[in-house]
Amino acid sequence: MGLRMGKSETTSHHFGGWGDKAAARTAFSVSTICILIMGFILYFLVKESLPVLKATTLSELLFGMDWYPQETPPALGMFPLIASSLAVTFLSSAIGLPVSIVIAVFTAEIAPRRLRSLVKPLLELLGFLPSIVFGFLGMVVVAPWLQARFNLLTGLNMANASALLGMMMVPIVGSLADEALCAVPRELRDASYALGATRWETIRRVVLPSALPGVLSASLLGVMRATGETMVMLMAAGGAAVIPQSLFDPVRPLTSTIAAEMGETPVGSEHYHALFFAGLILLLITLAINLLSAKIEAKGLKTKGGNL
Amino acid sequence: MRKFFDKAATLVFWGTALALGALLAGVLGFVANRGWSAISWEFIFEPPRDGMTAGGIWTPFVGTLELIVVSMAATVPVGVGTGLYFSEYATDSFFTHVLRQSIRALAGVPSVVFGLFGLSLFVIFLGFGSSMLSASLTLACLSLPLMVTASEQAFRAVPQDYRDASYALGATKWQTIRKVVLPSAASTIITGVILSIGRVAGETAPIIFTGAAFYTPDVAQSLFDEVMALPYHVYVLSTAGTNIEATRPLQYGAILVLVGLVLGISSIGVWMRTRLTREK
Amino acid sequence: MLKKMGKILVATMILGLGIAGAACAAEIVVNGSTTVLPFAQIAVERFAAAHPDVKISISGGGTGNGIKGLIDKTTHIANASREIKSSEIEQAKANGVTPFETAVALDCIVPLVHPSNPVKNLTFAQLKKIYTGEISNWKDVGGENAPIAVVGRDSSSGTYGTWQELVVEKGDKEKKSRVTPKAQVTASSGAMLTTVANNKYAIGYDGIGYVDKTVKAVSVEGVEASIATAKNNTYPMSRKLYMYTNGKPAGEVKAFIDYVLSADGQKIVTDTGFINIK
Repeated sequence: MGLRMGKSETTSHHFGGWGDKAAARTAFSVSTICILIMGFILYFLVKESLPVLKATTLSELLFGMDWYPQETPPALGMFPLIASSLAVTFLSSAIGLPVSIVIAVFTAEIAPRRLRSLVKPLLELLGFLPSIVFGFLGMVVVAPWLQARFNLLTGLNMANASALLGMMMVPIVGSLADEALCAVPRELRDASYALGATRWETIRRVVLPSALPGVLSASLLGVMRATGETMVMLMAAGGAAVIPQSLFDPVRPLTSTIAAEMGETPVGSEHYHALFFAGLILLLITLAINLLSAKIEAKGLKTKGGNL
Repeated sequence: MRKFFDKAATLVFWGTALALGALLAGVLGFVANRGWSAISWEFIFEPPRDGMTAGGIWTPFVGTLELIVVSMAATVPVGVGTGLYFSEYATDSFFTHVLRQSIRALAGVPSVVFGLFGLSLFVIFLGFGSSMLSASLTLACLSLPLMVTASEQAFRAVPQDYRDASYALGATKWQTIRKVVLPSAASTIITGVILSIGRVAGETAPIIFTGAAFYTPDVAQSLFDEVMALPYHVYVLSTAGTNIEATRPLQYGAILVLVGLVLGISSIGVWMRTRLTREK
Repeated sequence: MLKKMGKILVATMILGLGIAGAACAAEIVVNGSTTVLPFAQIAVERFAAAHPDVKISISGGGTGNGIKGLIDKTTHIANASREIKSSEIEQAKANGVTPFETAVALDCIVPLVHPSNPVKNLTFAQLKKIYTGEISNWKDVGGENAPIAVVGRDSSSGTYGTWQELVVEKGDKEKKSRVTPKAQVTASSGAMLTTVANNKYAIGYDGIGYVDKTVKAVSVEGVEASIATAKNNTYPMSRKLYMYTNGKPAGEVKAFIDYVLSADGQKIVTDTGFINIK
């Protein structure tokens, strides 16, 4: 106990020496850089995107159906782009999240110990696969196959990009959800087994519910990744600025629009500012998801504290 | 009946895991199989030739290494410093709260938005132009949250007893950090650096507008040169090359080297981390 | 361990600074249209081999990007597949840059279809209707009963601009005609080529330099695109390709542009499928 008190004392008082003060100040000023960067990101995105409101209105930007940014005056309706982003995010989550959670349950609850110690690092490793690899395979391998198999207008479409994104999600969401499942106390499982429950019943009724906040925030991270993914969208999504009517329609999400068009537009043009606005929309979406997941985590901590 | 559901569920879990494993093994095997025939010493050590339809990948390969070095030189000091601040100095203040939220938000920023940010701040506002410096700094910002989290965890994992023992011997706080905390956290921090490198090496979107070159005859020699990078080179060869079908072997070769580089680096990191957690 | 880490850190920094300090020779940055890339890139390669003292790099960010770089002085030579816009000239002047135009090659824009497609010729009216979405089945233009997959380029590429002007807005004084939003959009000339080569329903367009046997070039109004028909102006969709510089080219930049316009340079132009201008 005495040691504990010692700790709080040492962390709140930085001793007196000159070196100590300098070190404390350095650590403090270095860490402000992180805040500065985040601040700069917000500042530059807002600053570079606001001028677009001189050329068009906010509702035209958000709900306009026509994206013809090179015309004079430009048509800057981003609704098809936003809809494409949302549709791909939704579809890829619908594919990727269930698989991720099944994999997490598998590594955390079902796989034998030795298999787990092999699978877990491999899963983590796959999370590092560069997205360009998936984009390339989507364009070169999946697209021609899809088109031939289903006799489609084009193989570069929403289903292609979403399936790839779903696959990319699995290692990231899977690893994190696995950690959440492993954090569920052993006693809870033992109690469930003691009551005569089978393994599946224990997983479904005990483990999953008590790991729910962790699993949810892992899933939200996956959703966030999908929304922000660029290269797969650029190479495999087809790039038509329309609201998708079917799974096999080509789409043009915000991310690939920025990546494809930023290089082609003059600095300071309305189109340039509109692309920054698209970036701002993306940033706000991810910030919102981030906030939501922080809320869920906080709530998870609270209920856990209450239970134990 | 309950037993049946249990068996069925087990089957589903095993089935999914095996299917996913097979799928990923298939993907990697496919890339390895297609790329392997393109790979030779010349392929790695020769620059692209004849309108990038022949030769190797030396220039983009070195470019990627340069981007890694410069971005790490920028991100490691800041990341370790911030981690140190969190674990050794931070009080429950408004500043700490804002700092934590900033890093959290930073971790969620889409990579293409980092590209826009790098374009407006480094390329245009600070006047670095489209260059290795701009691209590296953009990548540094992208990997910063990873670095901060890794170093904070590293410092926090150092037992309080170590610090107390050092204080008991009359060491100041800074001496304690330098002589006790940093050394015992170092291996975990290095693991964090390696994992950040794995993340940075494969990024494409943030460098498209900030410094990636379509083609340079020579390896970039200054921070203000444009630089070829392996992931962007793959993108260029497969979408903008002069003869896309004919350069397929080159594309698969470049992809295989990229995958090998990224997975090679990351597997060292993952292996070190697994070993470190097991030690504890 | 700390020492080791310190050493690694110091080594990284020194390496970084070393890279920064090394060599500041004459430098040329070339950026711009992907259409110009095929020959410009080889020209850069050969020029660099002959002038080891000049550092030269080339990017294909698109016409707009190249001119953007010229305006903010990060690019010395901007490749363009269209003429510079008046708005861009204004911006350049405000930044103290005077764009100077040098035409370096001729290009034909060619409509492309999959090699298995029986359609051989299309009229301007047909092309226009296909691209505006009015015709959406190949049987309406003499092909099989199959849907048409319209493939376009990114809205601000020079090739797009030329196609828009010569095909989509043809006979449309108010310039209100638009490419159907259902069209797929490809990010570069090369991507366009692979997209069409891999899709038996597709129609697209590319500069003649990109066209190879993986796709089939369609003649327009009965005229096949070739060097001869472009030079004698019978092929209806040809355009000039440019390199823009800040003021009249001088020094190393002049040396490079002179090389492109030389017999050797123009041979690269024709070898890559474009049409020499000299």
